[in-house]
Amino acid sequence: MSSAATAHATHEEKLSFWRKYIFSVDHKVIGKQYLFLGMFMALVGGLLAYLMRWELAWPESPVPGTGWIPEPTMFQGVVPPEFYNAIVTMHGTIMVFFVAMPILLGAFGNFLIPLMVGAPDMAFPRLNMMSFWTIFTASVVMIASFFVPGGAASAGWTGYPPLSANPVYTGVNWGITLWILGLALEFASFLMGGINFLTTTVSMRARGLKMMRLPLMVWMQITAAVIFMLSVGPLIAGAVLLLLDRTAGTSFYTVAQGGDPLLWQHLFWFFGHPEVYVILLPGLGAVLEVLPVFSRKPIFGYKAIVYSTIVAGVLSFIVWAHHMFVSGMNFKLVMPFSITTILISVPFTIILLAMMATLWKGAIRFTTPMLFAVGTLAMFIIGGLTGIFLGSATADIYLHDTYFVVAHFHYTLISAVFLGGFTAMYFWFPKMFGRMMNETWGKVHFWLTLVFFNLVFMPLFKAGLGGEMRRLYDPFQYDFLKPHQPLHKFATIAAILLFASQIPFLINFFWSLFKGKIADRNPWQANTLEWTAPSPPPHGNFEIAPSVYHGPYVYSAPNMNMKEDWQPQDQPLAS
Amino acid sequence: MSSIAVTENYYEKTMPIGKMGIWWFLASEIMVFGGLIGSYILYRLASAGAWAEMAHHVSTAIGAINTLVLLTSSLTMVLAHAAIEDENRRRAKLYLGLTVLGGLLFLGFKAIEYTTEISNGFTPLSGTFWAFYYTMTGLHGLHVLGGMIANFALFVMASRGTLWPNTHQRVEYCGLYWHFVDVVWIFLFPLLYLSY
Repeated sequence: MSSAATAHATHEEKLSFWRKYIFSVDHKVIGKQYLFLGMFMALVGGLLAYLMRWELAWPESPVPGTGWIPEPTMFQGVVPPEFYNAIVTMHGTIMVFFVAMPILLGAFGNFLIPLMVGAPDMAFPRLNMMSFWTIFTASVVMIASFFVPGGAASAGWTGYPPLSANPVYTGVNWGITLWILGLALEFASFLMGGINFLTTTVSMRARGLKMMRLPLMVWMQITAAVIFMLSVGPLIAGAVLLLLDRTAGTSFYTVAQGGDPLLWQHLFWFFGHPEVYVILLPGLGAVLEVLPVFSRKPIFGYKAIVYSTIVAGVLSFIVWAHHMFVSGMNFKLVMPFSITTILISVPFTIILLAMMATLWKGAIRFTTPMLFAVGTLAMFIIGGLTGIFLGSATADIYLHDTYFVVAHFHYTLISAVFLGGFTAMYFWFPKMFGRMMNETWGKVHFWLTLVFFNLVFMPLFKAGLGGEMRRLYDPFQYDFLKPHQPLHKFATIAAILLFASQIPFLINFFWSLFKGKIADRNPWQANTLEWTAPSPPPHGNFEIAPSVYHGPYVYSAPNMNMKEDWQPQDQPLAS
Repeated sequence: MSSIAVTENYYEKTMPIGKMGIWWFLASEIMVFGGLIGSYILYRLASAGAWAEMAHHVSTAIGAINTLVLLTSSLTMVLAHAAIEDENRRRAKLYLGLTVLGGLLFLGFKAIEYTTEISNGFTPLSGTFWAFYYTMTGLHGLHVLGGMIANFALFVMASRGTLWPNTHQRVEYCGLYWHFVDVVWIFLFPLLYLSY
C-alpha cells in the first residue's frame, strides 16, 4: 500500500501547470483527459461516418464540405472506392478503440473507481499517467495514417489477411502498418489501465467495503478489465505475426507458403467478441447506477446482476467463432458456438429484467440522466434481440455481412456506449466539474438523439433482410439492390440530423463547464461513496478516510427510521 | 488541499498492491504467449509431419544448456529474495548479480544459436516452423532482457545503501516476473527443441 500513499503524499505541494493538467498523476484529471480525447476522436469517427453515409445515399456525387481532404484520396469531394474502404475501416477502429474505450473505461473508470471504493487515488498513479499518454500517442499514429502514401488502412476494422497482410490487394502499405502499431499502443495503454482498475478495486477498498457492497458500476468496470486483459493477449500475438508477415516477409497468413488466414480470424475474434462486452458493460453499469437513484428504490437483484456479469464474462470467451460461420471453418464447431452465443443472452436478460424490476413502482424522476438510462435500456433490448438471430447459424448464414449486422451492432453499441456514455456524462458531470448541466437542453438533446438514432438504423435492418451486403462502395450497381437506395437516402438524412442533435449537448457541456449552476456534494441524493466527497473532489479525494457500513442502494427502506429516504454508504443504518 | 491519513487499517485486508498488480500483469502476459503457443501447436498438427524435418535442425544441446542456465537463475533469484528476508545486503547483492549473469549467459547462448542457424541457411523465411521458432524465442528473449534490466536495477539499489529500503518488495515482484519468463521457456523448450 505504499505506492499510492507515497505518490499522494509527494503531491501535496503546489503543482506547476504541466504537473497539474498535462502530466498529472491524479486519477480525476487523467479521467478528464481521456474524456476530452474520446470526444475529439468521436468527432473524427463521426466525420468518417458522414462521408460513408453520403456516399451510400448519393454514390459518386460530391460530398459537401470535404474540400480540405488531401488530393490523392478525394477527387473533387467524391469518395473513391479505395478511400471508402479506408473510411469504413477507420470509422470502426476509431469508434471502438479510441472513442468507446477511452470514454467508458478511460474516463469514467478512472474517475469513478477510486472514488467509489473510497481510495485516495489509483493503485499506480504514474502507470495511470503513462497509460493516458500511450493512448494519446496511439491516436496520433492512427490519425497520421490517413496522410501517409497510399492512405489509411483499408482491410476492414477486423483487418483480415490476406487483405491486411499483403499490399498487393489494397494498395495500402504504410497505412496498415501504422494501423497495427496504433492498435498495439492502444492495447498496451488499456493493459496498464486494467492493472490499475483491478488492483485498486481489489486491494484499496475502504474499510467495510466488502466485494458484495461495491457499486455495480465498479463491478462492471472490473469485469470489463478482466475480459480485456485476458482476451487481448492472443490478438497481440496475432498482431505480432501479422506485423512480421508485412515487414519481415514471413508467411503465417499466406496459404501458398504454409500459412492460414483463418488463424487471424480466430485470434482476432477471440479478442473481438469479448471486446464487445468490454465496452458494453461499463455503459450498462452507468445505467445500473442511475436507475435506483431516480426511482428511489434499491436495485432489484444486486447479487443476481453481479453473478450474471461474471457469467457473461466467462461465456464471452467461448462465443468468438460465431463471427466465422461463413468463413469456412470446421463445420462441427458451428453448433457449439451457436449454443454458447445464444446462452450469453441469458445473463444479459437477467440484467435487463433487474433494471426493469428496479423501475417497477418506483418514484421515478425523469431527469436527463434518467431519460438516457431508460433510453439505453429500451434500445439495448432491440440490439440484444436481433443478436439472437445472428447467433443462430441458420439465420446467420443468410444475414452474415449484410446491413442487418450493421444495424444490430449499432443498436447494441450505440445504446450501451453512446446513450450509456451520455447517461454517465449527465449523471457524474456535477462530480467531475463541480457544476450542473442544464436540464432543458439535456432533454432536448435526449429526444432528438433517440428519435434520429432510430431513424438512421431501423431502415438498415430492412436493407439487410433484403440481402444488401455491407462494406460495398456502391451497392446500387447490383440491380436487386437498386430499390434500397431510398432507404439509404433516408438513413443519411437522419444521420446528418443525428449529428446536428449533438450540438445542444456540446453547447450545454461547454457552457455548463464555465457557467453552470454550482453543484453541491450530492445533487442527486445518491448513496455511493463518490457523492460524499466534495464536488469536484480535491487531490486525495476524501477529507477523512471513509468507512462503509452497508451496500450502495439503500433507498426507501421501510425499516429506516429517518426523515430522508436514502442513507449514504459511509453512515450506519439507523435501526 | 485536503489529505487523508493513510493508516494501517485504512483498507480492507487484501493482497499488497504491488503484488496484485504484478499478478494481473503476468495473467495478461500468459495470454500473449498462450496465443502464440496455441497457434504453433495447431499449425504443427495441421502440417501433417512436414515440420518434424525442419525441427530436426535446431540445436537441442544449446537449448538444453539454456534451460539449465535459466532454471539456475531462477534459483539464485529465490536465494536473493531469501537474503532480503534475512536483511543480508551483501548476499542479496551477490545473488541478484548472479541472476543477471544467468540472463546474460542465456542471451549469449541464444546469440550463438541464432548465428549458427542463420549461417546454416535457416532464416525466418525458410518455412513456417522457422518463422514460429524465431518469433517465439525472439519474444521470449525480449522478456529475458526486460527481466535482466529490472534485476540489474535492483542490483544497483542493493549496491547503494540509500535505495535499499525500497527494494524489499520489489525483489519479490521481479522474482515473480523472472519465474514467469522461466516457465514460458519450460513450455517453449519441448515444443521447439524436443519434438522432431
